[in-house]
Amino acid sequence: MSEEMYDEDEYQGTVKKLMYVNRKAPYGTIYALESLEVVLIGAAFDQDVSLVFMDDGVYQLKKGQDTKATEMKNFSPTYRALEMYDVEKLFVSEESMTDRGLTVDDLVVPVEVLDSSQMTDLMEEQDVILTF
Amino acid sequence: MKFGILVNEGPYTHQAADTAYQFTKAALEKGHEIYRIFFYHSGVNNGTRFTSPPQDDRDLVQNWSRLAEEHNVDLVVCVAAAQRRGIIDKDEANRHGKDCDNLAPGFRISGLGQLIEAAIESDRIMVFGD
Repeated sequence: MSEEMYDEDEYQGTVKKLMYVNRKAPYGTIYALESLEVVLIGAAFDQDVSLVFMDDGVYQLKKGQDTKATEMKNFSPTYRALEMYDVEKLFVSEESMTDRGLTVDDLVVPVEVLDSSQMTDLMEEQDVILTF
Repeated sequence: MKFGILVNEGPYTHQAADTAYQFTKAALEKGHEIYRIFFYHSGVNNGTRFTSPPQDDRDLVQNWSRLAEEHNVDLVVCVAAAQRRGIIDKDEANRHGKDCDNLAPGFRISGLGQLIEAAIESDRIMVFGD
């Protein structure tokens, strides 16, 4: 999916806690797909990255996505590749999961489930939060 | 303070672009630094000079261009998002065999690395969108 290389040497030494918050369903709008593109490019910068999935964003990780009839690209397998990019801290909102009848067994990747106060604490720790 | 700005929505459809512009203007007036403004998702539509709003309405694209000219603000449009939505500069037009280009003055097209760089280099990144 990535379309460019970036000179990462420039950023040796500057490591920020960088969180991506994914709040939208995978299809219907392009936010989820383009957010994933940022994560993949951003991986070259060796930052301390966390990904959060909340609200309809939890659907991005849902197993069994079939987009054939809509002619959209099913990009859910890419989440499984994040590990190779050293993006390993994935969190989901407990409330968002419960509201939608989802459990971690429904998801394509291992995640840590956080309740809203844990989520608040995690966000509090971040230097940068990018919301999509 | 050094701000990085992320604009995720296009002009006239969503107020995010207006709010980002107003915020940037106010921050500059207060003496803050704007490290970069990065346009992503449909936010890339802020960078087309083909926008022609009614005369009694604000001209947001022109406002951005003026900001770049007067305050030397770095306006960067994401290349991948721009290609999907038909925002191209001269080089891109040549590369893709298009008969014209439409990037507005003061904008430049570059990669997502510019967003991450802004996130790292700025004291604070502000995201404007839903």
